Amino acid sequence: MAAIPAWLMLLIAPFIVLNAVIGMVTYVTLLERKFAARMQSRIGPYRVGPHGLLQPIADALKLMMKEDVVPTAADRRVYNLAPIVFLIPCMLIFASLPFAPGLGVADVNIGILFFLAVSAMEIVGLFMAGWGSNNKYALLSAMRAVNQIISYDLPFIFSALVPVLLAGSLKMSDIAAVQQGSLLKWFIFYPVIGQLAFIMFVVSTLAAENRVPFDILEAESELVAGFRVEYSGMKFALIQLGEYAHMIGSSFLGALLFLGAWSGPGPEYLGPLWFLLKAMFVFLLVTWIRWSFVRIRVDQILALSWKVLLPATLMLLISTAVVVVWRTGGF
Amino acid sequence: MTPEQARVSLTQTLGTEVAAGVPLVVDVPPSRWEEIARYAKDTIGCRFFNFLTAVDWKEQGLEVVARVDNLEEGVSLMLKTKLGPGITNCASLTPVYRGANWMERECFDMFGIHFDNHPDLRRILLDDGWEGHPLLKSYAVDTPHPPYR
Amino acid sequence: MLDVNNTTRVELDWSGPERLQMNMGPQHPSAHGVFRAILGLRGETVVDVDAVIGYLHRCHEKLSETLTYAQYPSIASKTDYVAAMTSEFAYVLAAEEIGKFEVPKRAQYLRVIVAELQRIASHLLWLGTWCMDMGGALGGGATIFLYCIREREDILDLFESLVGARLLYGFFQVGGTRYDLPDGWVEQCRHTLDRINSRIDEYEQMLEDNAFFLARTQGVGVVSRELAEDVGISGPLLRGSGVNYDIRRNAPYSSYQDFDFTVPVETAGDCYARYKVRMVEFRQSIDIVRQALDKLPSGPISSRPALKSVAQIRIPKGEAYARVEGPRGEVGSYIISDGSAKPYRMKWRGASFSNLAILPHIIPGHKVADVVAIMGSVDPVFGEVDR
Repeated sequence: MAAIPAWLMLLIAPFIVLNAVIGMVTYVTLLERKFAARMQSRIGPYRVGPHGLLQPIADALKLMMKEDVVPTAADRRVYNLAPIVFLIPCMLIFASLPFAPGLGVADVNIGILFFLAVSAMEIVGLFMAGWGSNNKYALLSAMRAVNQIISYDLPFIFSALVPVLLAGSLKMSDIAAVQQGSLLKWFIFYPVIGQLAFIMFVVSTLAAENRVPFDILEAESELVAGFRVEYSGMKFALIQLGEYAHMIGSSFLGALLFLGAWSGPGPEYLGPLWFLLKAMFVFLLVTWIRWSFVRIRVDQILALSWKVLLPATLMLLISTAVVVVWRTGGF
Repeated sequence: MTPEQARVSLTQTLGTEVAAGVPLVVDVPPSRWEEIARYAKDTIGCRFFNFLTAVDWKEQGLEVVARVDNLEEGVSLMLKTKLGPGITNCASLTPVYRGANWMERECFDMFGIHFDNHPDLRRILLDDGWEGHPLLKSYAVDTPHPPYR
Repeated sequence: MLDVNNTTRVELDWSGPERLQMNMGPQHPSAHGVFRAILGLRGETVVDVDAVIGYLHRCHEKLSETLTYAQYPSIASKTDYVAAMTSEFAYVLAAEEIGKFEVPKRAQYLRVIVAELQRIASHLLWLGTWCMDMGGALGGGATIFLYCIREREDILDLFESLVGARLLYGFFQVGGTRYDLPDGWVEQCRHTLDRINSRIDEYEQMLEDNAFFLARTQGVGVVSRELAEDVGISGPLLRGSGVNYDIRRNAPYSSYQDFDFTVPVETAGDCYARYKVRMVEFRQSIDIVRQALDKLPSGPISSRPALKSVAQIRIPKGEAYARVEGPRGEVGSYIISDGSAKPYRMKWRGASFSNLAILPHIIPGHKVADVVAIMGSVDPVFGEVDR
């Protein structure tokens, strides 16, 4: 087989990843619905296709066929651009994830930095959606969202930096490579620091994703869908897509940073499968928390972030640095 | 104070005999409505405001009924005042009991009784533009009122 | 693009947080029915509340003047439709008090059993919807909601085999009850109570060990004892503010004095205190039903002959105010009778009407999210508020 020219590779790889991500996102919604249903002693989607397996496709078709209702007084340009500006960073983060050694779109050597920076850019799209809708509820929710995501991005970044310090590199495949070999090499099993960092990572992810208990911005009982309230049809689908893509992207990141990415028993080509399973594990952990807790108030959320999580992650990061230097005999 | 002490004390204050029983039914002249309510709250200790309503006695006029309780001692008072034929004004108990606010708004809404000194007397259950006061005996049950009926 | 002349501009007063008027309801996922609260917000804090009610007003009081004493009890259940048994109870008690009718012992015990079962069912619905309001319909709240509904379905099954209806019954009648227990009902009832007892332990554990739940409910919506009595709130709200008053204990009706139960009282006055009061009431109700089932006497279920015509029941001239301890508080019925088959005047003292009147006094000062938590802990049912 002739070698595929590099420029063609640059087109094919992102295409495949993008389609895979969209497909995964739609089926992850079904996974969440089934999981939540079983927790609530019911079954979940069951009728569309065998055991509800065609439900996401039915939902996608429905959303595509819905009428696109635009409020008269909405700021058109901002309103129309917002879902796109929201979606693009959420999809872009997948570009920097390596799914197996050498199998990734753009495994840059500042991979983690790229991921964290780009994933924080969704806030712009979110605020555009809230502002462009010209709706008090949407605006209130968008303000809360910006507040919350900015506050929680800092602990998110700091807890994601702990594995970076432990591995000694910002490159994602390096971090994954350090965890290969045996189960105990996974950073989650690193004594004390690993577990603490993982817990803080999960909590910050919950908040950065606007998931219950931190979903104050879309608290249906108060704000009725928050910043998305004026969106219908395909634009709504894009926003949902972006949210779930971000969620899965963070799950993949968590699996890579803490659970050893593609390390697992069996031959090497099973690596991506293990990666997927671990990412799903992180995702289900977050979902489990989501379906068990009530939400807390916005001032309590912010207090938790600034007064508890941020100092804690900072301390953790500093102590990680100390431990790493001590372990490598730097003292 | 016990129910018997309350009865004696009320008889003295009012000047007319208050019969024994549960609850103590107290007929109050309209001019002393707020004063007796305050007396019930401060002296007899009936701090629990149960309800306030009105009755339409056709030719004899309207009557406002209020029930207050002293929860610790078990004293219940039914304060009643006959407003007299044709009179639709009554003193408000809102300065004495905060719970009278919504109850008096309902009486205004249903009977048309105007309560003096009420801070915010407007219709509570019916639409603001409703004409008529439904619980009066002169208001037929099937009175049409578009678009509701 | 943007029509500059026809848009609403929000003028921000840079001297402080923005003042906003936000409308909650009448169609709203967390208003427990049709209720409109016009909130004046300063930033995230509510500064004033205008509660607009009356969307469910059907003028029960005028209606009762046109219906006989035999016809009205079925309609009475439509006031507090979540706890329909206690709604009928108050009306029937008042009529019996004026007419001085004796109610046979078996009927009294049956009334106690259904009233307490109804209290359990109503509190289950309260717990589910309150947690759902606080946790979101797509979140942890919905989980507890579905568990509580599952339990409530068991109790509604019991009612269905007793009366034939799940939600709105016509079980009470002046002089006694209309139906007697079918075969096997007592066994089914005991079985259901055991199951509910163990499940309530689970829910308590799920909620009380949860720091988020505690953070949302402790210190929120504090009602002082003085305010509670002044406004006239009753039931778990009153007992959560430190007033030890339960009509079943202080002014017993329908043989409640035969049963042994404790009345929970909490002094904190916040949402958590009211929650704790209701959780204890769960267990006490289960206990009362068990005692009543053990001691259930045999005999007639009504002291009046069976109904053959609508105007059969005539009550002599007089007036009475009878009240029951419903799940929401004091449900009372003030009937003035003129000797005919229909009441001259009936005043329905709804527990939720007085309970809801507390909102304008306690909400200002809280955040928007607390409004929902407070409304849930007040637990209004708008059939009772608007009648």
